[in-house]
Amino acid sequence: MSDPQSRIADIVKNNDVVLFMKGTALFPQCGFSSRAVAILDRLGAKYETVDVLQDPEIRQGIKDFSDWPTIPQLYVKGEFVGGSDIMMEMFESGELQQLVGAEA
Amino acid sequence: MPMPASEIERLIKASIPDAEVTIRDLAGDGDHYAARVVSRRFEGMSRIRQHQAVYAALGGRVGGELHALQLETAVPQPETNQ
Repeated sequence: MSDPQSRIADIVKNNDVVLFMKGTALFPQCGFSSRAVAILDRLGAKYETVDVLQDPEIRQGIKDFSDWPTIPQLYVKGEFVGGSDIMMEMFESGELQQLVGAEA
Repeated sequence: MPMPASEIERLIKASIPDAEVTIRDLAGDGDHYAARVVSRRFEGMSRIRQHQAVYAALGGRVGGELHALQLETAVPQPETNQ
């Protein structure tokens, strides 16, 4: 199944914490993606990243998949959590720690 | 492509009439904004749904014409005493 929606479903299913972002964790290509990575690093979370700039189908596909117009997008245990603003709010309230920490 | 803050506010209020909208132009370039939207409509909605409601109000501009919009949503006052 190589259509983008199935590929994204697989990625989300097979990775407990996965960030769809522009660039890589080491070299984010956008301020919002950079902020998302910084939050996950601060939490000490183990996470995977998908660089949407390397794959136009995923770049558009993830927006359709989540019904969300922007990148980055965080998925935890198969559930869409939100973009970097929601990540920041949840980080500040301690919710994100709970969400990603629960797997440890 | 720059878009005036007043237009962002107008679009949000057109679809969420009771919204209190506060917009900051982060870089002074008409392209990087932070918006805070407060509405009773958001009551009982998850953060994701609240943000989706604002994105819907902006009719597909977010991520395209409107590149950078930091968004914060809230309900005016909690109904419960939490």
